[in-house]
Amino acid sequence: MEISRRELLTQCSRLLILTATAAKALEKTGTPPGPDDTYHVAEHWWGMIIDIDKCIGCGNCVRACSKENQVPDGYFRTWVERYQVTEDREHPLVESPNGAINGFPPATREDTKSFYVPKLCNHCVDSPCVQVCPVGATFVSPDGVVLVDPEYCLGCRYCVQACPYGCRYYHPEKKIVDKCTLCYHRITKGLTTACCESCPTGARQLVDLKNPKDPVHEFLRNNKVQVLKPQMATGSKVYYKNLDGSVR
Amino acid sequence: MGVDGFMYPNEVELQWSLLIVLYPYITGLVAGAFILASLERVFKVEAVRPTYRLALLTALAFLLVAPLPLQLHLGHPERSFEMYLTPHRSSAMAMFGFVYLWYLTVVLLVEVWLEYRADIVAFAQSRQGIQRWIYKILTLGSNNVSPASRRIDDKVGYIVTVVGIPSAFLLHGYVGFIFGSVKANPWWSTPLMPIVFLFSAMTSGIAAVLALYMISMKLRKTLIDMRCVDTVAKYLFYMFVIDFSLEMLDLVQRTYEADESFRSLDFMVHTRLWTSQVVIQVFLGTLLPITLLAATQLWKFTETLRRRLYLLASVLTLIGILAMRWNVVIGGQLFSKSFLGYTTYKVQFATREGLLPALALLILPFVLFFVLVKLLPPWQDSKPTEA
Amino acid sequence: MSRFLRDSGHLIRPALVLLAGLGLFLLVRSAVIPKAFGQYGHYRPAALDLNRQKPLVFAGQGTCIECHDDQAKTRAAGKHAHVACEACHGAQATHAADPLGLKPTLPDVATLCARCHEKDAAKPKTFPQVVTAEHSGGALCNTCHQPHNPHL
Repeated sequence: MEISRRELLTQCSRLLILTATAAKALEKTGTPPGPDDTYHVAEHWWGMIIDIDKCIGCGNCVRACSKENQVPDGYFRTWVERYQVTEDREHPLVESPNGAINGFPPATREDTKSFYVPKLCNHCVDSPCVQVCPVGATFVSPDGVVLVDPEYCLGCRYCVQACPYGCRYYHPEKKIVDKCTLCYHRITKGLTTACCESCPTGARQLVDLKNPKDPVHEFLRNNKVQVLKPQMATGSKVYYKNLDGSVR
Repeated sequence: MGVDGFMYPNEVELQWSLLIVLYPYITGLVAGAFILASLERVFKVEAVRPTYRLALLTALAFLLVAPLPLQLHLGHPERSFEMYLTPHRSSAMAMFGFVYLWYLTVVLLVEVWLEYRADIVAFAQSRQGIQRWIYKILTLGSNNVSPASRRIDDKVGYIVTVVGIPSAFLLHGYVGFIFGSVKANPWWSTPLMPIVFLFSAMTSGIAAVLALYMISMKLRKTLIDMRCVDTVAKYLFYMFVIDFSLEMLDLVQRTYEADESFRSLDFMVHTRLWTSQVVIQVFLGTLLPITLLAATQLWKFTETLRRRLYLLASVLTLIGILAMRWNVVIGGQLFSKSFLGYTTYKVQFATREGLLPALALLILPFVLFFVLVKLLPPWQDSKPTEA
Repeated sequence: MSRFLRDSGHLIRPALVLLAGLGLFLLVRSAVIPKAFGQYGHYRPAALDLNRQKPLVFAGQGTCIECHDDQAKTRAAGKHAHVACEACHGAQATHAADPLGLKPTLPDVATLCARCHEKDAAKPKTFPQVVTAEHSGGALCNTCHQPHNPHL
C-alpha cells in the first residue's frame, strides 16, 4: 500500500494529538480536598522530640497508642525500654515487659545508671523500609510521615526485615504490615499524637520542622541531641535529648 | 516465649519462615542445573552431554515451583500481581519478578523448545489422542525439522545459552542481594552474599543433576556413563571448594573485624545455630562431601565405589546447601538487632507456613520433573547432524 | 536468502508467542493499574486519605477544656498543669461526641496515681515519687491530694 509522506505525517500527528488528549482526559488525580480542608501537606515536616530526663516509664503512651490505633495484643507501634547500665557498658540490663503497656515493676538497684527510653517509628527521611518495598505500599508522605497503604500491602514483610529499629510488625488479622503512623489522622486535624497527648511529663513532643515557631528549633540548638543508630544514616526524625551511648 | 535476654518487642516473632528458606534453595537449584547444562553447550565439555537435557528439565521443574513458597507466605497473595504493575525500582524483590519472567520465557522455555523440537514434531505425528494435540500445540505450528533448520536451532540455542548464563547468575544473585543489601541485619549485610549464594546454588544444582541422572539410569536399568559422572563430579568438587572458600572468607573477615554485632552473632552460632550450622552445614554438608569427592580425584576407585561416593556426596551436598539457606534466613532472625538477646523459631506442622507444605513444595518439583520426563524424554539424543 | 528464511522461519513462532504475551501483559496492566499512582511518589495518593480517615479515640484536651474549663483552671494553677485530661481520665472522644449520653467512669485512684508516682530507681531523681505502701498508711491518694491540683 503506497502512502505519501504528507499523508503519513498528517496521520501520525493526528494520532499523537488524539492519544495525548485521551490520556489527559483519562488521568484522574487522587481524591480532591474537601471544601473545609485547611491542611496542606507542603506546609509540614513532622518529627518528634523525646527528653530522656523526663520519661518516667509510666507506659501511658503505649496504652494510649494501642487504644487510639487498635493495635493488636502483643504488637507495638510504640514501646518503652528501661536501661540499667553498670560500668560494663557492653552489657546493659534492658527490659520492656510487654512493651511497657502496663508500666514497669519498680527498679530497685541504686548502683546502676538507670533510665527509660521510649521508642517508635523514626519516620526516616532516607527510610530503608520504603526503599525495599516491592510495590510502593509504604512510602514517605509529602509531610514527612512514613505510612503504609493498607489496601496495597502484600504482606511480604521485607520492610520489617529492613527496619533497623524494629518498629514494624505484621498485623495478624489484616495480614499487612503495620506501624506507627504518627497518628496521621490526628496531626492533620491540628491535634497531637495519642502518645504525646497522654504523656504526663511532656517527655514526648510532636514537632513540625517546617513551622518556624515550633519549639524543635530551640531544642535542637540548645541541647545535646542524638538519634538511634546514627551509623545507619536513615535520616531519623525522632530526636533524643541526653540519650546515653549504651542505648541500642 | 523462648526469648533470652532483650529483644525489641516486635522482633520476637520470626517473619520469614521455612518457606522463605525453601525459595532461595529452589531458585539455586535452577541456576545450578542450568550452569551445568551450559558447560556442554557453551564451554564444549562434551563429556557431560548425557546430562544436558536432564539438566534443562530439572531447571524447568524447579523454576515452575519457585514462586509457590512465596505465594503461600504472602499475607495477600491475590495482590502479588502488583509487583508487575507498580514495581518499585529501588526494591530488589520487585526487580526479581522480571528477572524470573525473563529467565522462564526467553531463556529456559526457548532453549527447551529448540532442543526438543525434532522430538516434538515426531511425537505430533506418531502419538495418538490427547497427547497428539499437546505435541501439536508445542510445535507452535512448524513442522520443519530439516538438518539445515536443526543447525540453525543449534546456533540460536547456543546464543540463548550464552545469554542464559548471566541470566542464571542474575536469577540467583538477586536473591543473595535481597539479603545482602539489608543494612539493618548484620548477619545478612555483606557484599559477598550474592556471590556466596550463587556458588552454593551452582554446587547444589550440579549435585541435584548428578543424583537425578544416576537414579534415573538405575530406574531405567541403563548403563551409567562413567565418563559423564566423573566429569560432573569433578565440576561439583571445584565448585564446592570455591563456595566453601568464600564462606570461610566471610567468617574469617567477620571474626577479625569483630564489629558491634560480632559477639552476639558468635554466641548465636555457638548455641542456637550449632546443630544446623556447624554440624549439618559445615561438617556433614560441606567438609564430608568435599573430602569424599577429593578422594575420588586423588585415588583410583572402582566404578561401583565411585558411583556410590558420588551419590552420597550429592545427597550430602543437597542437605548441606539447604542447611546453609536455613542458617542465613532463620539465623538472621534469631538474634535481636539490639545485640542483647535471642528468640526461638518453632516450626509448625500443618499450618500455611509449616513443615507439611514445605515438604510438599520440596516433593512437587520431582513430580513435575517426572511429568516433564514423560512429555519430553531426555534419553534420546537428537543432534542436528543425525538426519 | 529464501533458503535461509525457510530454515529459520520457525523461529518467528516463539518470538510471536513472546510478543503476544508481552502485549497481553501491557493491556492488562493499563486496565488494572491504580489511577494516579505515582502522583506524589511511588504510591497511591488514596493511601494518604486512607490514613487520614481513621476515627479519633482520644478527643485531645482542647476539646475537654471547651466544657470543663473550671477543672482546667484549677489544673493550670498546680503541678499537673501539663498533664492532659485524658492521661488520667482515659480516651474520651465518644464522650465528647455525646457528652450527656456517655458519661465517663472516674479512674481508679488505687492504681492510677502509683503508675507515675511509685518510687523507681530509673525515674528521674527530681520527679516526685514515693513508696506508696509506706506513704499514706493505706489511705487513698485523693484523701489528701486533690488530683487536679495535687501539691500540698
